[in-house]
Amino acid sequence: MGALLEVKDMNKFFGGVQAVADMSFTLEKGELMGLIGPNGAGKTTIFNLITGVYPLSSGAVFFRGEEITGGKTYDIVKKGIARTFQNLRLFGASTVLENVMTACQQHYPYSFLEAISHLGRWKSQEKNIRNKSMELLERVDLAREAHRAAGTLPYGHQRRLEIARALALQPELLLLDEPAAGMNPDEVMNLNELIQKIHSDFQLTILVIEHHMELVMEICPHILCMNFGAKIAEGDPDHIQGHREVLKAYLGEDEEEASA
Amino acid sequence: MSPYVESIITLLMINSIAAMGVSLLTGFTGIFTLGHSAYMALGAYTTAILYMGHSVPWAIAIFAGAAFAMLVAWLIGVPTLRLMGDYYAIASIGLAESIRLIIANWQSLTRGARGYPDISKFATFNVTLAFFLVMGALIFLLIHSRYGRAFKACRDDHVAASLLGYNTARYRVLSLVISAFYCGIAGGLLAGFLQYLKPDMFDMLKSTELTAVVVFGGMGSMSGCLLGTTIITLVTELFRPISQYRMLIYGAVLVIIMVLRPEGLLGRYELGPRLLRHLFGRKTPEGTEGRG
Repeated sequence: MGALLEVKDMNKFFGGVQAVADMSFTLEKGELMGLIGPNGAGKTTIFNLITGVYPLSSGAVFFRGEEITGGKTYDIVKKGIARTFQNLRLFGASTVLENVMTACQQHYPYSFLEAISHLGRWKSQEKNIRNKSMELLERVDLAREAHRAAGTLPYGHQRRLEIARALALQPELLLLDEPAAGMNPDEVMNLNELIQKIHSDFQLTILVIEHHMELVMEICPHILCMNFGAKIAEGDPDHIQGHREVLKAYLGEDEEEASA
Repeated sequence: MSPYVESIITLLMINSIAAMGVSLLTGFTGIFTLGHSAYMALGAYTTAILYMGHSVPWAIAIFAGAAFAMLVAWLIGVPTLRLMGDYYAIASIGLAESIRLIIANWQSLTRGARGYPDISKFATFNVTLAFFLVMGALIFLLIHSRYGRAFKACRDDHVAASLLGYNTARYRVLSLVISAFYCGIAGGLLAGFLQYLKPDMFDMLKSTELTAVVVFGGMGSMSGCLLGTTIITLVTELFRPISQYRMLIYGAVLVIIMVLRPEGLLGRYELGPRLLRHLFGRKTPEGTEGRG
C-alpha cells in the first residue's frame, strides 16, 4: 500500500540554526502516529513545513504520491491536510458555530451572485453548512456552546473546537499540534477517546505532536522521537520506551556513561 | 419634504454608499485605507466625462465609472495586498494624491482645477434612494454569506484562514474591488447630484472622513457605518451657520466617541435585538452572545 504522507530528507535552517535535520518518515493510510521530543526539538516546524507555512530548505514532501513541496498553504489544505495549532488560532470574536462554518463552507460552495442575492443554492448550501457544523460540534460535545463567542470558552473546550474546525475541512490527514496542552487529567482522558473515535469514524490518518507521554503511548502504535531537529528513534511504544537515546533526550545522560 | 432636507438626505445616502464600501474593506476584512476618495473621484469624473462629453446615458456612464474604479483598485491591490501589514494603507495615500493631481492637471479632459461645471442633474432623490436601497441590501446579504465569513477570517487571523484553505490575498483583493465599486457609484451619483465637480472634493480629508465614519460607527458593523455617516453629515450640516468652527466640532465629536466607546458606536453588532441585549441586558451569562 502506498504511503499517504512521505517526508524525504527534510531540512530547515533559520539563519544558522538547523531546526530540522535530514528528517524522513512515512505515514501509511489510516495510521495514528505520534511525534514526540523535548521542547524546541522541531516538531511544530515539521507541521509548518508540511503545510507550507514555511518553505523547506531542502528535501521533499509527498502526499498521496504527489509532491506538495513548495505549494501554497491553501492548496495543500485543499488536497486534504488539516491541522490544529499549539497556540490556539480560533476566530475569538466569532461564535463557536461560525468558526466551524468558516471551515465547513469550503465543501458547500455557491457563487458570488448567489451570495449577494441569497437566491439559488444559497439557502440549501447554508443549511448544509450549518447542519454539518452542528453535527461536528455535537461530536466534540460543544453543541450547547454553539452561539457563544469562541474566545470566551474554557481552554480545553477551545482545543476541542479547533479539532472540530479541522474536521470540518473533511481532511484525509489530520495534524494535531499538542492537543492536550493545558488540559487537566480528566480532559486528557476525554481527548484520548475523542482522537481514537475520530480516527476510526472518519477513517482518518492522524499525526499527533504530544507532550503527555501516557496519551501518546496509549493511542499511537507508531511513534517517532526527535531531538535537535533530527530523528533519534522510531517504532512502537515499547521500542521507544526502552530506547537509550530517547531516555537520554528526556532525562539527560547517565553520569557513568558520560564519563565513559 | 423641503428641498433643503431632501438634498441633505440625498447627500447622506451618497456618503453612505461610499461608507458601506469602506466598511466592507476596513471593518470586515481588516484593511485600512486612507485613500478611498480616489475611487469616488474616478467614478465621478468618468461619469461626468462620458455623460456630458460623450452623451453616454447616465445609467451606463455611472457603471462605467464604477468599473474603472474597480480596475484601478485591482491594479493597486494585487501587488500590495499580497503583503500583510499596512502596505495598502500607505499605497492608498499615494494613489489618492496621484489621482487628484492627475485630475487637477489634465485640463483637456477634466477641465483641471477650475472644476467640471454644468453637469445635468440625474441623481434625484428617488434615483439615489433606489441605488442606496439596492446596494445596501446587496452588501448586507453579502456579509451574511460564505464571503462574509471568509472576509472576517482573513481579518481575524490570516494564518488560520489560509490553513482553512483560503487564498487570503484573493479575498483581500476581492474586498477592495467591491469597496471601489461602491465608492465609484457614490462618486458618479455625487456628480449627478452636485452638478459640479472639482479635484479638491476628493482630497485627503474626504478619505479620512470615510475611514473615520467606519471606525466610529463600529468596525465590523454595516449598520454602524450608516449611523456614523448620519452623525457626521448632520454635524456638518447643523453647524453650517458657524462654519468656521465646523472642523473643531467634528474633531470633538470624534474624540468623544473614541473616549467613551473605543470599539465604535455599535461595536461589532448590527442594529437589532442582539445589540440591545448586549447594551442593556445582562441576564445572559457574560459573553454568551455571538458577535458578528
